[in-house]
Amino acid sequence: MAGLTKKDAVLTAYAEKLETLDAPQGRSLSQDAFRRLSANRAAMVSIFVLGFIILAALIGPFFVPWDGGTVDWGSIRKPPDFSKGHYFGTDQNGRDLLARLLQGTQMSLMVAGVATLVSVFIGVIYGAVSGYFGGRVDAMMMRFVDIMYALPYILFVIILVVIFGRSPVLLFVGIGALEWLTMARIVRGQTLSLKEKEFVEAARAGGAKPWTIITRHIVPNLTGPVVIYATLTVPEIIITESFLSYLGLGVQEPLTSLGTLISNGTPVAEVMPWLLVFPAIVLVSMLMCLTYIGDGLRDALDPKDH
Amino acid sequence: MLGYAFRRVLSALPIALIAVTVAFFILRLAPGGPFDGERALPPDVLANLRAHYNLDQPIWMQYFIYVKGVVTGDLGPSMVVEDFTVSQLIAIGLPFTLMLGLTAFVSATAIGMLAGVVAAVNQNKWPDYALVLVVMLGVVIPNFLMGGLLQLVFGVYLKWLPAGGWVNGSLPHLVLPVTVLAWPHAARISRLMRGSMIEVLGTNFIRTAKSKGIGERLMLTRHALKPALIPVVSYLGPGLSYLLTGSLVVENIFGLPGIGKYFVTAALNRDYGLVLGTTIFYVALILVLNLLVDLVYAWLDPRVRFH
Amino acid sequence: MADVLTVDDLNVTFALHEAEVHAVRDLSFTLREGETLAVVGESGSGKSQAFLAIMGLLARNGRGSGRAMFNGVNLLELRPEKLDLYRGKDVAMIFQDPMTSLNPSLKIKKQLAEVLIRHKGADKTSAVRAAVSMLERVGIPEPAKRANAYPHELSGGMRQRVMIAMALLCEPKVLIADEPTTALDVTVQAQMLELFKSLTDDFGTALVMITHDLGVVAGLADRMMVMYGGRAVEKGPVDDLFYDPRHPYTFGLLHSTPHVGARTQRLMPIEGLPPSLEHLPKGCAFNPRCRFRMEQCLVERPPLVGERGGRARACFYEGKLAYEEVEA
Repeated sequence: MAGLTKKDAVLTAYAEKLETLDAPQGRSLSQDAFRRLSANRAAMVSIFVLGFIILAALIGPFFVPWDGGTVDWGSIRKPPDFSKGHYFGTDQNGRDLLARLLQGTQMSLMVAGVATLVSVFIGVIYGAVSGYFGGRVDAMMMRFVDIMYALPYILFVIILVVIFGRSPVLLFVGIGALEWLTMARIVRGQTLSLKEKEFVEAARAGGAKPWTIITRHIVPNLTGPVVIYATLTVPEIIITESFLSYLGLGVQEPLTSLGTLISNGTPVAEVMPWLLVFPAIVLVSMLMCLTYIGDGLRDALDPKDH
Repeated sequence: MLGYAFRRVLSALPIALIAVTVAFFILRLAPGGPFDGERALPPDVLANLRAHYNLDQPIWMQYFIYVKGVVTGDLGPSMVVEDFTVSQLIAIGLPFTLMLGLTAFVSATAIGMLAGVVAAVNQNKWPDYALVLVVMLGVVIPNFLMGGLLQLVFGVYLKWLPAGGWVNGSLPHLVLPVTVLAWPHAARISRLMRGSMIEVLGTNFIRTAKSKGIGERLMLTRHALKPALIPVVSYLGPGLSYLLTGSLVVENIFGLPGIGKYFVTAALNRDYGLVLGTTIFYVALILVLNLLVDLVYAWLDPRVRFH
Repeated sequence: MADVLTVDDLNVTFALHEAEVHAVRDLSFTLREGETLAVVGESGSGKSQAFLAIMGLLARNGRGSGRAMFNGVNLLELRPEKLDLYRGKDVAMIFQDPMTSLNPSLKIKKQLAEVLIRHKGADKTSAVRAAVSMLERVGIPEPAKRANAYPHELSGGMRQRVMIAMALLCEPKVLIADEPTTALDVTVQAQMLELFKSLTDDFGTALVMITHDLGVVAGLADRMMVMYGGRAVEKGPVDDLFYDPRHPYTFGLLHSTPHVGARTQRLMPIEGLPPSLEHLPKGCAFNPRCRFRMEQCLVERPPLVGERGGRARACFYEGKLAYEEVEA
């Protein structure tokens, strides 16, 4: 759910600043911001921790003795036991929790990644088209965005889930298809202001095709906001996916995600606390890191003293 | 002010119409929907549906009938819960959800605002830091996790509060659900309020107010509060949406008899009628609430009215 | 004429990046009942900060110290609650930017009436009535209608008049005006100054006019105090200083702006820029830009020394101040 990272405010402010600068100035604004970010200790630590978690999720499964699907009949519902290689314990089906956790994290990250890509893609195209054509087309397209903004997107996600069944691919796409709004607004703003700029006029007068104009002038100014958007969108998507999985509407067995793990762990937490504690720690850590990073980015791009 | 209200109502109508239209088309066209032929629906239900949706009429006629139905409160039959229409099911669950939602909303907003003001006035002293911690927890821990944790701690280990379920009029049964629902909202509001109040306290007009010697209390309540509330109120609209979706989870975790429970169950059972009907209802609710928020906003900032 | 405000050794510091910056140093002056004192300087001279300190309006990282005696009380030592007994009632201030100095969410009449209600115990109706008649007095047409409006419905000039009305409602002994005309049109400026003059005459208010514009000083002030780098560098009656400035900075100011009574038609700007308060030059703060500087000026800071005729100056140079070079 948006609002965790207030990405809308951050991005719009940043994008507005970029609009007034041309590409080289825009780049130096981004560099300044990057320097400020590196000075922010909380953000840097968060980046490090997050990086570690991501890395663990990606290559961890190769190092852990068990895999998430195998049942160890001898160790069902057991707390962490180093001798058997079950570092985080096992679940009700005898599967190793650490392995499942890594898998689940992978899945959550994948959903977040794909959905972000989809939303960036849709957002950029929608925004660029709207901004480029301007006028009535733009007004209509943006009105649509405003409307979508006002509505609770969880409901639509659930509708999509209902329609398209429980295929994870559609889950990614569905979530992404609803997250593109902010990106679209920003890209449109950039396109609109760039359209008016002299160097674009000059390029057009020189006979350059719209495509060239877009790639050479609009896109470079977009990399900053896109990166930030991606960073800030990912936690939202992770929460959304976890939320859906928790309700049973998201990732299905035998695949797992952080949401499913927590959903499994909650009812039995009294007797098997490790089933809840470990996934919860991972989820909360990721979200905390992303929050700090989001805050850091916001401060870096729009420095104000508290 | 009235003119502004009227204009806002007018602009909300297209949204409602779009929602209804989209629902209409999803019902007709979505795979796995009632008219797909893939699903083996009991013949009674099918007959019911056919009659209800006037399938023998041309499509634009069906559309009108549907819209008319929605406007008069008829959202169609449920596709899984036989003999019940969506409206009836909503009516059963609505009072509870409203109560839960409003309680959470009011308490979260009040607590959030108070905390934010206190933090802003005591910037960088301990009340400020304490608030930051509480906010962090509320924002970072997803509501489903928070629910589980609170249930464990207060319901199972400490046994101070019931871990779930609902007994009519029982206050203790409300405490945990409202807390889980309200916490993230209160957290965001207090953060907004704090930031906004700090900004307002640095403005020129507050400096003027101070220079007039009217005292800190009047300065805060009469001069600073209204302008500071503006960003907070802007958030209330989206905030309500999140409360709504939050209530979905909370009702499910704590086993509470609200719309949320029906909604999720319907989604799990692919009951299109109920899912879509409920969505339309939610959308309408949100539009109304957003409208109210806009009116409050216009009251706070007179400049907005003269659009 | 009695002294209404006596300031001694006023210092204002700001905590910036773990260092302390002095915005105002060792400032002393007296304000007499009913007189108009002009405080002149460029930005960074500390002219505004000194009075913000007296009014208890410094930013969070600012501290004022010294004595600002009003009615036997040191305003600088008062806590905000106690200071509120004086602010708005005996000492009032109006600010530079009328566009942002009024509360956009409150009607004009409310903002005006509250000072009377608070300080004079008036009830709402009579407070509003008094407010409307004050609005009329400051030259606002259709005062009753304006009183019922919100600030954004008024122009800049009118808003500034509202500020003046608001400040004068309780008939304060001291009115501090911080560059009140800078943000306004030139034509409006002239009217505003006329207004100040007639109001201070009628109400007998002592006026401190903070400005960087000598044109404002000429027709309006009785005495003036010139500030540079946080200190007073010259003080005295306006006419005396205008015709016979004895500090190179004052001299430079007079010759760099056109004003009535200037002896020469040629304008000579003062070279260089005002100093940064964090890195003041050694010795006299003005020395990098001073045409008359001597060896001593680079090493020692000249103290403010009183002279005949109620004047004072802080300068080692005893010679005549004149520009010999005439050309280009």
